[in-house]
Amino acid sequence: MSTTTTRDLARPATAKASPAKPRRGLRGSATFNFWLFTGPFLIGLAIFVYTPILWSLWLSFFEARFTVTPDKFVGFDNYTYMLTNDDFVGSLGTFTVFAAFIVPTTWALSLGLALLVNRLRFMRAFFRSVFFLPTAVSYVAASLIWKMSIFSGVRFGLMNTVLGWFGVENIPWLIDPNPPWYWLVIVSARLWLQSGFYMILFIAALQNIPDELYEAASIDGAKPGWQTFWYITLPQLRATSTAVILLLLVAAYQAFDEFFNLLSKTTWGRPPLMELYYKALGESQDYGAGSAGALILTVLICAVTLLQGKLMGFGRGDESK
Amino acid sequence: MSALSNSNWDRRTVLRAAMGLAATGGLAACGSNTGRSSGGSGKSLVQMFHAYGEAGTEQAIKRYAKAYKDANVTTQWITSADFESKLFSSLLTKNAPDVFEFHPQIQMIKSGQVADLTDIVEPVKDDFNPADIKSHTVDGKIYGVRMIDDPQFFFYRKSMLEKAKVDVPTTLDELMEAADKLTTGKVKGLYLGNDLHNVINPMIWSAGADTLNEKNEIAYHTDGVVEGIKKMRKLFTSGNLLLGAPTESWDPSSLNQGLCAIQFCGMWAMPQIQDALGDDWGIFPFPKTVDSGKQSVYNGGWSMFVNAKSKNVEAAKEYVKWLWIDQKKYQEDWATSYGFHIPPRTSLAKTATKLKSGNAAEGVRLFNEFGHFDNIGWTQAMITALEDVFANSVRKSMDPEKALDKADVAVNRELKKLFG
Repeated sequence: MSTTTTRDLARPATAKASPAKPRRGLRGSATFNFWLFTGPFLIGLAIFVYTPILWSLWLSFFEARFTVTPDKFVGFDNYTYMLTNDDFVGSLGTFTVFAAFIVPTTWALSLGLALLVNRLRFMRAFFRSVFFLPTAVSYVAASLIWKMSIFSGVRFGLMNTVLGWFGVENIPWLIDPNPPWYWLVIVSARLWLQSGFYMILFIAALQNIPDELYEAASIDGAKPGWQTFWYITLPQLRATSTAVILLLLVAAYQAFDEFFNLLSKTTWGRPPLMELYYKALGESQDYGAGSAGALILTVLICAVTLLQGKLMGFGRGDESK
Repeated sequence: MSALSNSNWDRRTVLRAAMGLAATGGLAACGSNTGRSSGGSGKSLVQMFHAYGEAGTEQAIKRYAKAYKDANVTTQWITSADFESKLFSSLLTKNAPDVFEFHPQIQMIKSGQVADLTDIVEPVKDDFNPADIKSHTVDGKIYGVRMIDDPQFFFYRKSMLEKAKVDVPTTLDELMEAADKLTTGKVKGLYLGNDLHNVINPMIWSAGADTLNEKNEIAYHTDGVVEGIKKMRKLFTSGNLLLGAPTESWDPSSLNQGLCAIQFCGMWAMPQIQDALGDDWGIFPFPKTVDSGKQSVYNGGWSMFVNAKSKNVEAAKEYVKWLWIDQKKYQEDWATSYGFHIPPRTSLAKTATKLKSGNAAEGVRLFNEFGHFDNIGWTQAMITALEDVFANSVRKSMDPEKALDKADVAVNRELKKLFG
């Protein structure tokens, strides 16, 4: 991702184009160039996204146990099984709670970080990198660190050591679901992993807010700080915020890695994907029911995304600002 | 990329951002080592093992494979926690191993995933522990070769029990009492694993029940089991259990490092425990869940199977026969040189001197006296159903009856698909 710092919105893109001789070969055919550039991506998309989706669709109408090339057609049985399955339906509830919490929190934290980093006079690049780095860490690796060193249930776990100084008993963070400390572990891991990436998006957007707006606001008597932030910065970030929320929502729907590693063998705190994994796709190998569940989930994600786009005016272009 | 110079997000920009996100994680998934080497002389076979915890095991398995002359055998060594999923998913593909270790489960036979090994086992059938033959037999055909038997029981620190004036428990109530007395500031009384799932079956057996009965019907849903679950819940909330330990219960580290006084583990851990604790340890079977029950030991273990869909079924069978039936030296090495396991071959078990004395001999006695073997009709989906019962009613406070009813639905669905 480039985090370009161009401020001059009015500058036409071609103003400084070099007068060099145009290279004929590449400009030969617009159609050819179109396929040249989109082709590899489209092929990947077709092989790794659309084929599996269609295959799932096909599988979901069959009894596909221990095979992905089944022959016993069962109609909508798999769908009935998944939709009447309390655990699967319950996991959709889990997701809602999780999303309702993680989306605003991540949004606020990354915006906060972006504002802080954007304010820095020196070492900005350093801090930007420091906050961005966790994005490059794998969810699995992070979960293991969280599970085994920070939130380990024994006395020498980091959190228990710290709490021990204040005389608090050891807490089995991930084992005992009452009280549900596991959410603290999951949310903190996810915040640490995700915030940096969205911070970069916010920094890019912040740097695109024209200084003139702040000057004008200041002349009109807006106090720097909260008032300026509320009336200038936040509205200007609306488009970015919408996109960030959308991405966060999809990411929350797709939550799997850290849940799987932190909450293995539980019946609680399972997002839909994990439920699918345990109910059908993992060790049970019931690929028919699993595919049905996956498709139900896909439809849900699409519906929610479209609805959110409608509500927040995403993708409507300039006039939505 | 000038798209970001304008703060308007259109669909394309979002897509690009999403791709950026995906790229940070997605790349790790690329590339896989199937362990299949191209070239080399003769046939190539791939064998899949879960990662044994003891030092030297991986080298040993590779050393045996290397000694085999008729095929070039490569080894996939899979981290324990991922083994089942990795095995099951790779069995669907062309990269499936030709030979793999697992436990006997009937769904693999019904779905034609494992090959019939009757012709290689039959000639030496009488030299195997009859229970190990029975647990691998469906309709008169034998589908796997048992490599090792692994009884599971409790390990305890003698000195700690003496200090707390606790006798070796023979009932679950006594075990709970012992856990309470043994818990001090730094040491928890008892470790059953972080999810407690390893004691599910022993708890059922010790309550006088079973997973399935002879007719393959549910046999675990009894009053004794309900009482057992309630007791386990009490134990879980007592604060006397070690929870959230860094290692799972198959690894003896928690006991060795003094995190707990009693730990549920398996025979394999004996050499490690001996090294760490000297003679300050003993073993006992899972105590009686209810007074009418009987102490029990789960005789787990691992068996070799041949992938029925492999291109080299015959070669794979030859290899399994060579290593796990003919090469008794390797079998003994495998059973006693790393972790301790009981050889399923009676002739080997008789001569395995390391299992003749001390706690190892006691382990063999418990195995013979209290042991319950795998039931081939008890499959992964059913195992998961009972794990859910423990999660719901022991770690959470759901009514055990309700949790068991829920498991019944799942288990019956499986039974119906498997046995009609």
